[in-house]
Amino acid sequence: MQDVNWIALVVFVALFGFITWLGFAAAHWRKGDLDMLHEWGLGGRRFGTIITWFLIGGDLYTAYTFIAVPALAFGAGAIAFFAVPYTILIYPILFLVFPRLWYVCHKHNYVTAADFVRGRFGNRWLALAITITGIIATMPYIALQLVGLEVVIGGLGLGGGGGFVAEVPLIIAFIILAAFTYSSGLRAPASIAVVKDILIYITVFAAAIVIPIQLGGFGKIFAAVPAQKLLLASPAANTTGAYGTYATLALGSALALFLYPHSITGILSASSGHAIRRNAAMLPGYSFMLGLLTLVGFFAIAAGVANLPEFAAGFKEFGNNFAVPALLLHSFPSWFVGIAFAAIGIGALVPAAIMSIAAANLYTRNIHREFINKNPTDRQEAQMAKWVSLIVKFGALVFILFVPTQYAIQLQLLGGIWIIQTLPAVMLGVYTRWFNDWALLIGWAIGMTVGTAMAVAVNFAATYPLTIGGFTVPGYAALYALVINLVVAIVLTPMLRAISTPPSDVTAEGDYVSGRA
Amino acid sequence: MDQPSERRSAWSWWYLLFAIQFIAVLWPPFYNSVEPTLWGIPFFYWYQLAWVIIGAVLTAIVYFATRADH
Repeated sequence: MQDVNWIALVVFVALFGFITWLGFAAAHWRKGDLDMLHEWGLGGRRFGTIITWFLIGGDLYTAYTFIAVPALAFGAGAIAFFAVPYTILIYPILFLVFPRLWYVCHKHNYVTAADFVRGRFGNRWLALAITITGIIATMPYIALQLVGLEVVIGGLGLGGGGGFVAEVPLIIAFIILAAFTYSSGLRAPASIAVVKDILIYITVFAAAIVIPIQLGGFGKIFAAVPAQKLLLASPAANTTGAYGTYATLALGSALALFLYPHSITGILSASSGHAIRRNAAMLPGYSFMLGLLTLVGFFAIAAGVANLPEFAAGFKEFGNNFAVPALLLHSFPSWFVGIAFAAIGIGALVPAAIMSIAAANLYTRNIHREFINKNPTDRQEAQMAKWVSLIVKFGALVFILFVPTQYAIQLQLLGGIWIIQTLPAVMLGVYTRWFNDWALLIGWAIGMTVGTAMAVAVNFAATYPLTIGGFTVPGYAALYALVINLVVAIVLTPMLRAISTPPSDVTAEGDYVSGRA
Repeated sequence: MDQPSERRSAWSWWYLLFAIQFIAVLWPPFYNSVEPTLWGIPFFYWYQLAWVIIGAVLTAIVYFATRADH
């Protein structure tokens, strides 16, 4: 590992100190009673359009995104750009589905998607399935945020040599995160997200302007990219090849995104359904940035950072994930490296905080309250969520410290396959009560099983080569499993309806729109 | 519950503008080529980046068009 970069380290620590103060001070921002779950866990549903923009942006575009997407472009080329169609498609979905979810949750004081499913379909086991899916999909995602943090800490020259001392900076960052989340709830990541996103925008736009000038223009950069990485490979006659992979990854990832508990927490904390619709038009600002960031992977190829001796140790330890830190170190003065690394590091804390809050809300509302203590006081409920948020983060830390990173990545891939199985109950559920609750549950179980089996069968590659009559369609396993899930739910619904009466729906049609009632 | 404002959540033909984005970016044969380049950037990349902006504009149009119904 290279020497400690002191100037970068001082800037990094100063910015971390600032957001630590901000995280604790946030408890007093738009003051509410933090002994109420919706105050601690949803910021009192008081965030307007602008804060929601920062919060959802800070939530969805994580440190791991900033490290892993350019790393994929660096290593695999054009396929990494599926992140762009993916972020284009998430906003129509946000616009069409989630204002309705916001209205119904606001009306009934639902804090989680599982709360909604419980009310809509009246089946506690279906709600439990949604809850467990949300928690197990979120846990590896939190762990991956810590991976992003580890990479930049390594880039600062700390943490080399292995052993426990090397992990101390990560543990300190984690304790800061745990403490301000516990004390301020969602207000902490919401306020820090503003700082983080401003730093990220500065970093990405500086990188997208300065580095191409240093490297002699985009023409030269793309000329340095090997031909087989520059475009998707044209498919052979009996397969859709890379085209199918690309499109299904984009579509499947887009459908899955807003089903993640941390996305739903961000959405439900908005102050109105209109704030969400406005954000659907404003959030593509982040998509454009993500596109530029993907190109940064190509900048790293053109700059040849992988062959520079000072970065050899970093690449050895972190693999392609070191491409972005190496490029930043190579291209910018130390003080700016400090800003850029702080942006990525803080970019790990914001989503990790929101994810742990979301998982805590789920456990508290949909497991503890449903199955253990049916009538908690508001104070007990909020206190439970605070403790669970600590346990969840501690679990993620232990995972990263003691389990190979590869497992976190594989589990996160499975998480995407799992979370999309909640689509019929949640996303279709806000539009229709047609589905039978048990049909949804059976569809979910089969989707989970088939999706997991597909991922395991291809040794945790993202795509499964579905073959029909000699024609192969490699595609995102999540999407295939979702289709099976939907078919099962659609076929079983009329059959189960014929033999049983469904539980009552406590929501009314008018709850899904902006009534003035 | 049967006041006229109920219709505000109903289907709007403006939503079809969203379908354009899905088709434009989910069919790689449309854009999997180097030429024409723009400022040295292959078509594959600038086409999709351009759709980020077009998509935002379409979403804004839908937002303002459907808000008028409310």
